[in-house]
Amino acid sequence: MATVDFAIGIGGEAGQGIATPGDILARIFARRGLHLNAYNAYQSIIRGGHTFLTIRASDQPVTNMGDKLDVLIPLNQDTMNRHLKLLRGGACVIYDGDKLKPGEHAAGVQLCPMPMKQLCGTSKLGGNTVAIAATLQMIGIEFEPLEQVLTRQFKKKGDAVIAENVNMARAGYEYATTNFKAFPVKAPRGAKPLGIVTGNQATALGGAAAGVKFYAAYPMSPSTGVLMWMAAHARQLGIMVRQVEDEIGVMNMVIGAAHAGCRAMCATSGGGFALMSEAIGMSGMIETPIVCVDVQRAGPATGVPTKTEQGDLWQILGAGQGDYPRIIVAPTSQVDLFKIIPELFNLVDKYQCPGLVLADLLISEGTSSVDPAELDLNVKIDRGEIIFPNGTSGNGETPNPFGGYNDNAYLRYKNTESGISPRAVPGTPGHIHIAATDEHDEDGTLISDEFTNPAKRRMMVEKRARKMQTVLSQIAPPKLYGPENAQVTLVGWGSTEGVIRESIAKLAGDEGIVANHLQIKWIVPFHADEIARILGRSKRVIIVENNYSGQFARYLRSETGFKAHGHIRKYDGEPFMPHHIVDAVKEQITGRAEVSVPEHEILV
Amino acid sequence: MTTATISEVVPPVPAPATAPQPGELTKDTYKGKIHPDWCPGCGDFSVLSALQTALFELGLKPHQVAVISGIGCSSNLPGFINTYGMHTLHGRGIAVGTGLKLANHDLKVICTGGDGDGYGIGGNHFLHIMRRNVDLTYIVMDNQIYGLTTGQVSPTSVKGMKTKTTPHGSVENPINPIPLAMVGGATYIARAFSGKQKHMVEIIKGAIQHKGFSLVDVFSPCVTYNKDNTYQWFNPRVKILEEQGHDPTDFHKAMDKGYMWGDEIPIGLFWKRTDLPTLEDLEPVLHEGGPLAYRKLGIPEDQAKALIAELM
Ligand SMILES: Cc1ncc(C[n+]2csc(CCOP(=O)(O)OP(=O)(O)O)c2C)c(N)n1
Ligand code: SF4
Ligand SMILES: [Mg+2]
Repeated sequence: MATVDFAIGIGGEAGQGIATPGDILARIFARRGLHLNAYNAYQSIIRGGHTFLTIRASDQPVTNMGDKLDVLIPLNQDTMNRHLKLLRGGACVIYDGDKLKPGEHAAGVQLCPMPMKQLCGTSKLGGNTVAIAATLQMIGIEFEPLEQVLTRQFKKKGDAVIAENVNMARAGYEYATTNFKAFPVKAPRGAKPLGIVTGNQATALGGAAAGVKFYAAYPMSPSTGVLMWMAAHARQLGIMVRQVEDEIGVMNMVIGAAHAGCRAMCATSGGGFALMSEAIGMSGMIETPIVCVDVQRAGPATGVPTKTEQGDLWQILGAGQGDYPRIIVAPTSQVDLFKIIPELFNLVDKYQCPGLVLADLLISEGTSSVDPAELDLNVKIDRGEIIFPNGTSGNGETPNPFGGYNDNAYLRYKNTESGISPRAVPGTPGHIHIAATDEHDEDGTLISDEFTNPAKRRMMVEKRARKMQTVLSQIAPPKLYGPENAQVTLVGWGSTEGVIRESIAKLAGDEGIVANHLQIKWIVPFHADEIARILGRSKRVIIVENNYSGQFARYLRSETGFKAHGHIRKYDGEPFMPHHIVDAVKEQITGRAEVSVPEHEILV
Repeated sequence: MTTATISEVVPPVPAPATAPQPGELTKDTYKGKIHPDWCPGCGDFSVLSALQTALFELGLKPHQVAVISGIGCSSNLPGFINTYGMHTLHGRGIAVGTGLKLANHDLKVICTGGDGDGYGIGGNHFLHIMRRNVDLTYIVMDNQIYGLTTGQVSPTSVKGMKTKTTPHGSVENPINPIPLAMVGGATYIARAFSGKQKHMVEIIKGAIQHKGFSLVDVFSPCVTYNKDNTYQWFNPRVKILEEQGHDPTDFHKAMDKGYMWGDEIPIGLFWKRTDLPTLEDLEPVLHEGGPLAYRKLGIPEDQAKALIAELM
């Protein structure tokens, strides 16, 4: 069990500089070796509105924002009004005493007004620095780490700015020492310094590690972080990074680059993914491997651009007309995003099909602490049956048995037993062929260019489909977590793993309800037998998902025939908090509901 | 296995007429496995032949060339030529071509397609490839009609043209690709006519040799569905710019020529500039190390350390 587990909320208008204090706190915690998770609830505006960042830290791994706040830092009255009433006894609120008025609050909440004018003069964002200094003092962290991080943060702005911020911070720190009551437990030190990473950074890092040489995208929240990381590192890593005119162009360019032999990748959100879908079918048809990440946000259409949802499952299952093999995976955390990209590249290179990743705003824009040892960039690279020109491939020399220009011996779409046909890239002598989105023959020739032939069409459909028969054996089946003989089995998919895990601990601890947990990560292919076997033994199966209609519940039923006993669904744009799941399970166990829709108490 | 193999279903593809020795190029080298299935008399035959001649005369080896199309009658061309080829999606040839070119800039990339493909459904890619000045050649077989879908109005159909979807005559203004390409920033802009194949060969050769984005819009009559803009209609009207002493470095003259339509319709090289770098030139990532597609994968130790350090 965690000895400390505390959460800090910083809120204000967009433009009030919430990101900086958030980043400073996260760095200080991670350097101290504390685990953390940060979630920013924001809106699609550049100025104004309400932005609320929750940073939760502990000496144990933290996977979600948790249920409570210990420190509230409202930067405006609106934030004070929205959040103060939700604080419980023992928490504190740190604010500009010259400007903000606290309202109704629970007994035992410590009010910590700070004379900001006196502490930071006219500095516009100085109050943020003062408030985090006070926070650190109250949770027992020394001043030095703050000084170091501020120095790093403002390095580009010069010594004067650094000195100004450090002085303000010191004033805030000292003010808190004399005026406020510190928390009874002090933030400990972890075993070793940790890093911090967003899911989008992890995705990009995973791509870089996998050897992505071509990355294209069109900006779309919440996926743009991947493009920005790629653009920032393109020259250093030798990656061609392009912002393209639209997502149709993105996917088509990515396929062109992949066809040439690059590992090529893109990320988008649901709307952009919709535009890509015809081309994803092309990847399937011409058997050119690509990886595409759909960072889901609340839809349909423009939806809620800055809010999370798991609403694209059926879109991705149905992406592209026709019937063709593809691999779909829903990673469960930031680190999982990092690991899944190289794994998926190896699979799609082997099986020559599109690889689709279902991430979401929660994990992709969310920040997590990370043990650097978990991010091993030296990943396994297996390019499958690919043929490069002699001597030019850095991926294992492939002797080229063909010569001349008109060699008919090479069949790009050879009807092999595995369905996998060796893939020569353009520029390779003796392997000339055409890759066509029209149905084609083994040598690539368009079938509609000769005559449409049912036997050939059948052969090619089966050849492509046969590839999927062996994929399942290459990926890890889901594992039941927790006691076998539980009262309840919670089933989730993708990003909800952490919060479900935590709610299980809470159910066991606070409520005496024994629950176990099955998190599904691989969507296609699907471990239908294994999953049916596990769920068949469960007493009560409740599916937890971040959408209205129970998209995963329907998919599970279609693949296994298994009908869940209950559902916990949320579609208000905000992620699950552990108590949402705990309360819903209690509601369902006592027979009060089969579908629970937790209310998000915090208005952000 | 219950599936048939290719040899059981169709007779093997006949070997090309002359089987050249490895390394030896002949005109037949560029012949595809399949004889074109275009209607007899279709203008696209002439484009195919001109492209094959141009490749031969430039001495380009088939495996160093990729011909990439969208969808349409014209877009079937890559299937009829012996080079690497892709037959992509309707309107997407140049997007795929851009990706392929950036991934392997040693390849000669030639995109082919139709007027509907390039100026209609693929119009956005067309605008952006021009401003990027990607070093590839785009040959549009402009028959002012949708051929493959059996005769609907196209973005270049002239106003008033009756087609299956404009039975009372089109009321919309057509796109004029030449001025569009000029303001779009293309660096080699030409027009050819299927009835003047020799001239077309020279235009295509110039386009392939040009460093930067080159557009060759070809009047390639659809003998089946466009009864207005036929060989007979074009023949007396087309005037070869090279024979008129047109200066392709004069922007305004080129614009004027581009707008000419009616009794006299210019063909040839309208505009060319060589002072602009290509996208590939401007991308430091391509300056060293050869084609991206052939580079070694994986991150060197020191770079990996630096990436992790950013997170700490
Ligand atoms: C997304 C999509 N929409 C429509 C079509 C149907 N389609 C195929 S070719 C074509 C028009 C072809 O016209 P053009 O590009 O001028 O080529 P042409 O046949 O005249 O050479 C259309 C509408 C398609 N294949 N894909
Ligand atoms: S329909 Fe027209 S464009 Fe198509 S092949 Fe026939 S003549 Fe050519
Ligand atoms: Mg046409």
